[in-house]
Amino acid sequence: MIDIFKIREDFPILSRKVNGQNLIYFDNAATSQTPQQVIDVITDYYTRLNSNIHRGVHRLSQEATDAYEEARIKIQQHFNVAKPYEIIFTSGTTESINLVASGFSKLLKPEDELVISALEHHSNIVPWQMLCEKTGAKLKVIPMTQEGTLDIKTYNKILNKKTKLVFVNHVSNALGTLNPVDEIIEMAHKNGAYVLIDGAQACAHIKPDLQKMNVDFYVTSAHKLCGPTGVGMLYGKTELLQKLPPYQGGGEMISSVTFEKTTYADLPHKFEAGTPNIAGGIAFGAALDYMNSIGFENIIEYENDLLKYATEEIKKIDGIKIYGDLQKKTAVISFNIKNVHPYDIGSILDQMGIAVRTGHHCAQPIMDYFEIPGTVRASFSFYNTFDEIDIMVKGVQKAIKMLQ
Amino acid sequence: MSEIESIQKEIIEEFSFFEDWTQRYEHMIELGKALPLIDKTHKTEENIIKGCQSKVWIHAHLDGDKVKFTADSDAIITKGIIAILIRVFSNQHPRSIIDSNIDFIDNIGLREHLSPTRANGLVSMVKQIKMYAVAFQTQLN
Repeated sequence: MIDIFKIREDFPILSRKVNGQNLIYFDNAATSQTPQQVIDVITDYYTRLNSNIHRGVHRLSQEATDAYEEARIKIQQHFNVAKPYEIIFTSGTTESINLVASGFSKLLKPEDELVISALEHHSNIVPWQMLCEKTGAKLKVIPMTQEGTLDIKTYNKILNKKTKLVFVNHVSNALGTLNPVDEIIEMAHKNGAYVLIDGAQACAHIKPDLQKMNVDFYVTSAHKLCGPTGVGMLYGKTELLQKLPPYQGGGEMISSVTFEKTTYADLPHKFEAGTPNIAGGIAFGAALDYMNSIGFENIIEYENDLLKYATEEIKKIDGIKIYGDLQKKTAVISFNIKNVHPYDIGSILDQMGIAVRTGHHCAQPIMDYFEIPGTVRASFSFYNTFDEIDIMVKGVQKAIKMLQ
Repeated sequence: MSEIESIQKEIIEEFSFFEDWTQRYEHMIELGKALPLIDKTHKTEENIIKGCQSKVWIHAHLDGDKVKFTADSDAIITKGIIAILIRVFSNQHPRSIIDSNIDFIDNIGLREHLSPTRANGLVSMVKQIKMYAVAFQTQLN
């Protein structure tokens, strides 16, 4: 069970005012809020530990290194990964994807094929387009359906022996669709292709078991799950991470350097050039601790109740259309009102202190598919309340009245 | 005081009567609805202002030594903002447009529309209006 009052006290930002009103934060799919427990870890790092890791013989450096590596182990355990060095710290999902794309640019041939889905965020489209330009490989797209799901039958037809890589998000950021990743991975593997799953939108709502999933690469960002911005992870199977060339050159990622030849460090340091976001990495671990202390079963149960309630209430509004009104989805409602631009709704809600996202959500192909300029997206978290949903619904109704 | 400045002062006075944001926004929505239609032939890809979440088209032509603007948007609040900008800048000499500033936006409680985020295009709209003015000024020289 979720003790909503106790939980809300953990998030100092939830008590601030916006435009003179209590903040209602429904933009969790873009960035989740940070609990005091995580803020304290960041403060503690700069108060007690700040130094450079992995290199110093002095006490501070050792303690900071321990804390950073402990965070890696927390992440490893959280995602049920076999080895800690299969977790690479990055600046976030986007960098993780670019790291893999850059690595594969040396391994692909022009006759190879890559598969992405029509439900992707731009960050899981553009790096692969760039990779295709560089290598001559072809990009195939798994189409989407009117319901906002992936067309798995067509996916099966697209796959063939030339398919080398498949990229799909675990959860669509624009619609909240929970994609059948187990099935997608199994089908790809039958054709000898590797799979990267973008978990940016999933990890705040579900706890993926990466070994069970048998995924080859999995990426996510800390700021989507109560952690700080600017830090994330790449999981890769050992043999694949060993196969990929380093992403960036620099300190930390080498084992020896002469002007004739540099040999690279072992995993994970081969991919972690330069001084990383140390406080961010440690806080990433703390964020997982925080979410696990609440419990993902509790989070899922509460968020599903919120989503169900919000969907029912929003549907009472005249002229509403929900995109991706599905059984299997995370707590996201993407909607439009007939003859009203999403930007107008968003601007008016902002005046009432309600934060929603409007626009194409960096997923223009989905908006093109529905032939709309964008949607209003309200995304919920376990610290949101039923009362807040009521206020938003009233807010949308007021906006419609003002606009029509 | 230049003509642009006195129009801006007028708008500030008009907005000062509103007691809260609802009235301010309702007024902007009214202005948006009242904005004269742009000629369809001017709603082209190249007249679209980049950097707006809603689509904004601005067309300009020189009438004697004055610049005339017409515009449209698919979002009504954005259209209201354009209507205000057109009232300030349309039918003015390019030189006056180039020399003007837009501090008045801050004074009519629309400050949030000034932030250069990807979500809103006020800054881009003003930039486009000034670019038109620069181009017409060169023609007049």
